[in-house]
Amino acid sequence: MTGTAVVKKSLFYLLVAAIVFYAVFPFYYAILSSLKTGTELFSVNYFPVKWNFDNYVGVFRDNPFATNIWNSVLVSFSTVALSLFLGVTAAYALARVHFRGRGLLLLCILGVSMFPQVAVLSGMFQMVRAFGLYNHLAALILSYMIFTLPFTVWVLTTFMRDLPKELEEAAILDGASSWVILTRVFMPLMWPALVTTGLLAFIAAWNEFLFALTFTLTNDMRTVPVGIALMSGASSHELPWGNIMAASVLVTLPLVILVLIFQRRIVSGLTAGAVKG
Amino acid sequence: MADRLTRSRVRSAWVFLAPMLVVLAVVAAWPLLRTIWLGFTNANLLKMSEAKWIGLENFTGKYGLLQDKVWWLAVKNTLWFTFLTVSIETVLGLVVALVLNRTFPGRGLVRAAVLVPWAIPTVVSAKMWSWMLNDQFGIINHILLGLGIISSPKAWTADPDLLMSSVVMVDVWKTTPFMALLILAAMQMLPKECYEAAEVDGVHPVKVFFRVTLPLIRPALMVAVIFRALDAIRIFDLIYVLTGTREPTMTMSIYARQQLIEFQEVGYGSAASTLLFFIVALLTVLYVVLGRVKLGGD
Repeated sequence: MTGTAVVKKSLFYLLVAAIVFYAVFPFYYAILSSLKTGTELFSVNYFPVKWNFDNYVGVFRDNPFATNIWNSVLVSFSTVALSLFLGVTAAYALARVHFRGRGLLLLCILGVSMFPQVAVLSGMFQMVRAFGLYNHLAALILSYMIFTLPFTVWVLTTFMRDLPKELEEAAILDGASSWVILTRVFMPLMWPALVTTGLLAFIAAWNEFLFALTFTLTNDMRTVPVGIALMSGASSHELPWGNIMAASVLVTLPLVILVLIFQRRIVSGLTAGAVKG
Repeated sequence: MADRLTRSRVRSAWVFLAPMLVVLAVVAAWPLLRTIWLGFTNANLLKMSEAKWIGLENFTGKYGLLQDKVWWLAVKNTLWFTFLTVSIETVLGLVVALVLNRTFPGRGLVRAAVLVPWAIPTVVSAKMWSWMLNDQFGIINHILLGLGIISSPKAWTADPDLLMSSVVMVDVWKTTPFMALLILAAMQMLPKECYEAAEVDGVHPVKVFFRVTLPLIRPALMVAVIFRALDAIRIFDLIYVLTGTREPTMTMSIYARQQLIEFQEVGYGSAASTLLFFIVALLTVLYVVLGRVKLGGD
């Protein structure tokens, strides 16, 4: 290798290192801070000094954090299940059956995914109150449909459109109903797409803040993002940084692990949702 | 026979579509129309039943949005924020995508690391950064002081002049992965032959990037940019958690929610929401039209 090639190569790896550092350092620093208590928090370190898990106990003791996590789990899983069910049936109709107005319908669905959430906030708020769902988790599951459903329908439709026609033709000749075709012929092939869209919908629901902040009132109905955002200490000027960092690490770790396992799927789902859109 | 089959298939298609359409009508169409309607009333959260139609008063009236300096500030802030974040993200995203597009040992791990900011909930990243940006104990000030870039600690989340930079900094960190991955996906679809030909001819890599790569990925890049721009225009959670409802970072979404919930001015707040909706809709249409024209010109 020549001298310039070595220089070029080391510059390239320096850039790679800089990118990784930039992406990961804030999360690393949150872990680091979550292991410090009291006055230790106020001195800057780059490596763990000692492993102190007091904050992880504190966050559950000082806040209804376990309830917040449970609420988030419940809301996210329900949102995913509901939007996948509605999405799969709708995607079958949109991808496999020719009918008039199909293009317009797809365009409308895509349009809904562009809605700024705040644009429906007051109408949604009134509706939630009219249904008697204010300060109930059901209000969140219902309102989250506005961003998970269009996306799910869109991605599943593009996926189902690419499945071979022959599959279906044989089943139609055998006199199978649309429901049987969907559940017996297509569903077994759909798992990759369902996992991808389900995962993205889960992350979106898990992270949502505006609706969760607006449609819930009491601590026992709050989801994790609202819980963390409103976490306060003994006085309003003294934020419990240790607890906040511990909570942040706890709710982010599962997401980071999911992303690392499913990174290929997530990337393909994101590009299907955006580039083809 | 075939005709009957088609008809029965179309019928079952509508049955399959119905639940989704009903849900979308309930959670999207109705709330949107209701919000637009409320924008023409003087509704107040505490006495919703007394809401009266007041026409364009909320928009053009003496105390209407168009007369409100804070509203215009919110519009200006939102556009400035969108412009700054999307342009920085595009440049950084291109750099990251170019790196990830090369084969090198550990590429998978690097790509996974790049995805981390995307996976972190927005509220959590806002909290993480507000701790890092803390004026007294934050690591950012510590590093910058150590490197001699600043001479005294900066109040990143308190000083009015710095609020916008802080918000932009965190948003860029959080959303660059999305941009990078979309650009990377486009790059990986490019034909290898162009590059091989360029390499044989000894064309400088920088020239290859501007002459070959960039023009070829432009359609995908445009889609990514518009996607991010539409997202940035409705920014709420990051700013709400990082800097609250303070004026230097007041955006249209923050303004609308503050009117709606905190000031309980449902009519006025709905009018602000409606304007935001139409700005986003207008930009979408503009993009679709302009995008077509440009694609036709290529």
